[in-house]
Amino acid sequence: MSAVTETTYTPETSVGRITNFVDERVGGSGILREFGRKVFPDHWSFMFGEVALYSFVILLLSGTFLTFFFDPSMAETHYNGSFVPLKGVEMSVAYNSSLNISFDIRGGLFMRQVHHWAALLFVASVSVHMLRVFFTGAFRKPREMNWVVGGVLVILSMAAGFTGYSLPDDLLSGNGLRIIDGVIKSIPIIGTYISFFLFGGEFPGTHIIGRLFTLHILLIPAVILLMIAIHLFMVVVHKHTQYPGPGRNDHNVVGYPLGPVYAAKAGGFFFIVFGVVAFMAAAFTINPIWNYGPYDPSPVSAGTQPDWYIGWVDGALRLMPGWLFGFPLEWHIPFPWGVNTLTLNVLLPALVPAGIVFTVLFTYPWLERWITRDNREHHVLDRPRNAPTRTAIGMAGFVFYCVLWAAASSDLIATHFFVSLNDVTYWLRGLFFLGPILAFIATKRIALALQRKDREIALHGRETGRIVRLPHGEFIEVHAQLDDYKRYKLVGFESPEPMPGIPNSKGIVTKSEKRRAALSRFFFEDRVAPATPAELEAGHGHAEHEAIDPANHDAKSISH
Amino acid sequence: MGDHGDGHSEQGAVAKAGQSVAEKFQDPGIPPHRPRLADKDPRAAKRAERQVAILFGISVLGTLLFFWAYFGVRLDQTVATLRLQNLLLGLGTGFAMLGIGTGIVHWAKALMPDHEVSEERHEIRSEADRVAAVKIVDEILDETGIKRRPLIRNTLIGAVALAPLPAIAMFRDLGPLPANALSHTMWKEGTRLVHDPTGTPIKASDVTIGSAFHVIPDGLNEMTEGKLEAKAKAVVLLMRLNPELLHPSAGREDWSHDGIVAYSKICTHVGCPVALYEQQTHHLLCPCHQSTFDLTQECKVIFGPANRPLPQLPIKIDSEGYLVAQSDFHEPVGPSFWERS
Repeated sequence: MSAVTETTYTPETSVGRITNFVDERVGGSGILREFGRKVFPDHWSFMFGEVALYSFVILLLSGTFLTFFFDPSMAETHYNGSFVPLKGVEMSVAYNSSLNISFDIRGGLFMRQVHHWAALLFVASVSVHMLRVFFTGAFRKPREMNWVVGGVLVILSMAAGFTGYSLPDDLLSGNGLRIIDGVIKSIPIIGTYISFFLFGGEFPGTHIIGRLFTLHILLIPAVILLMIAIHLFMVVVHKHTQYPGPGRNDHNVVGYPLGPVYAAKAGGFFFIVFGVVAFMAAAFTINPIWNYGPYDPSPVSAGTQPDWYIGWVDGALRLMPGWLFGFPLEWHIPFPWGVNTLTLNVLLPALVPAGIVFTVLFTYPWLERWITRDNREHHVLDRPRNAPTRTAIGMAGFVFYCVLWAAASSDLIATHFFVSLNDVTYWLRGLFFLGPILAFIATKRIALALQRKDREIALHGRETGRIVRLPHGEFIEVHAQLDDYKRYKLVGFESPEPMPGIPNSKGIVTKSEKRRAALSRFFFEDRVAPATPAELEAGHGHAEHEAIDPANHDAKSISH
Repeated sequence: MGDHGDGHSEQGAVAKAGQSVAEKFQDPGIPPHRPRLADKDPRAAKRAERQVAILFGISVLGTLLFFWAYFGVRLDQTVATLRLQNLLLGLGTGFAMLGIGTGIVHWAKALMPDHEVSEERHEIRSEADRVAAVKIVDEILDETGIKRRPLIRNTLIGAVALAPLPAIAMFRDLGPLPANALSHTMWKEGTRLVHDPTGTPIKASDVTIGSAFHVIPDGLNEMTEGKLEAKAKAVVLLMRLNPELLHPSAGREDWSHDGIVAYSKICTHVGCPVALYEQQTHHLLCPCHQSTFDLTQECKVIFGPANRPLPQLPIKIDSEGYLVAQSDFHEPVGPSFWERS
């Protein structure tokens, strides 16, 4: 290549010379100019996504360490390590190496516990981050696609967790695989074949651990990394959302510059997450595989629990009855070539709840956009109370999930609270249908009540706790007016009204348009409009507030 | 806010339904900066500086603690030393990390400038770019001639649709075809019932009323190939109850011996071992999903997600008084599958 024009810049320090060397070759200046002072809004709820990212980094670090010692073979061996109670016991090489990591490699147990706690935290933080995004409406245009990428990440994180959970080949994980095998076999037509292909023959076979290992350490983390890259790329493209407040609008982004404040806070936060995970790994035992023993199809311990993120699917399996009012849910269908079996009591709970949750999750941004006819870009978040119907839908889904989740612990609920296991199951079956409805109604009412409270405070100020007696004997509590900034946070939101159906070019309101109008009514019918300056003005006409407005409080009062 | 007139086609409706600008409170702008202690008082700043340094110091101590635990704690084959080392390694790492993390965050919050700044957002797609991009795509398509030459387009679609099929077919050898593997177990006529896992045979006279045994077929422990697979189908629960409590259906009257019955231990729901026997109620409970089977009704499902009763293993005694199987199970054990009739 021909030489580029001679640069005139000569760095003076050694750091400068190194930086300049790199800069001249890859052009870092442009990147730094773009990102060095990029503004990020600040809020505690934005940290869930960071926790997810950092716990993934911790997973990569601790997982790499574990692969150096783990042997994913299901060949038979006899234990000869340091843990005396298992000496001489027949087990797979995989379980043997997991025990060796725990007992014979210094810090191995610590790394296993870090890895497992970080995995639980990863799925948890991804999920909570997703809840935050939903309840604040951050999935709205232009972020719908990033919402979908996030949904894919939730599924991938559960897949990563489950494949990892199965690797040690202990009794608990083996029973988990057995359940998966039972669920796969319930798939019509191809189920038995999938089971035989996955396990390399009959369950448990000698292949499954090696195959899950490849998925767990190669394929799934690679796809997760790719998704994270896309996710973060889109965050850069869109810039971060911000909570509503004074000075914030859809055309700006208010916060701290990346360098130094935001970078320091976010970078420091990685070490905090790592530190907390390390403390958990130090103090709380997770998955003590040496207590369970090697996998054996015969024994099982009572009170077995999957890792928390699989709980809702397991709970669905528990809730579904095999017989419904004397009606069997396993069907033996006579075909011309013979009888085939459709196992709805396994197939339905395995597919339907997860199907509902993920279908709603992936389509919700488009559903809401269609109903509200809102095609604008949104960069200012909704406070959950200011979108009562969405918040109520979200809580209905959350309760739906939690009922299934609780069902996965139905036996522990029964034994801990000394109630009948059957009753727990019956109640949870009822709550499966009623819980989301009750949650919807209650949440919507609470959101509307909070909006009214906001209105009240915006118009009449906050209660000061000072009781004053008026000359004519009446006692009143002095209210202190909010300053402009605090008030703006309470009133600066939109409150859309229901939209009637719009006729098409022929002047007809189509069926779909009528449905849209009905849904719009469902969404926006109950509304508490934000307070207006006129109302504030009118409120101040009532003498009390103004007359007794305390002179000594430092909040700015709106001019009247 | 409130001014959303940015020219999008569908946006009018909602904005109109909201309030006009005049009815709204005006945005007062970013609140004025409130100085922190360290901004006003150099001593407070100095104090914060020391606090950050102390936190970093704690991190150094944490790292030292890690090394002390790694080399100093001797593992002596007891779980106690293992737990101690794990605790100290974790505390060391935890302090090392938290010291750095909290130190940096404290530094950022107390000493770095905390003025909020506002930056304009840029439009994600400019109309000029869109027009240019559409033009480029049109040109590219035009140069390929794909619209004018449908023969090329259609054969390409056909080839691309077929090409991935070998990749799917490649997975065929992941495992054998099921054939009738799920329909039989290693039980056959005369196979002795032996204790799991010791393998000692069971004399009928040793089975007292109310007892329950975990049972495997004789010969399973000696298998070298496919042992777990055989065990996953063949495990059996053996119980003895008062013969009057059993209500055998037609054809099953002689499947038990003097109140001793054997049932498959593999749950017909999704295959967990049905390991819990409630001696008083004669119920078998699966600990995974709580399917409950009533032993007095030939293990009919009385609660939970299972649909089918547990298959019964017909048993008898041999000449020496040991319990043996009359035959294999008369139906496939374990979870249902499509081919099961």
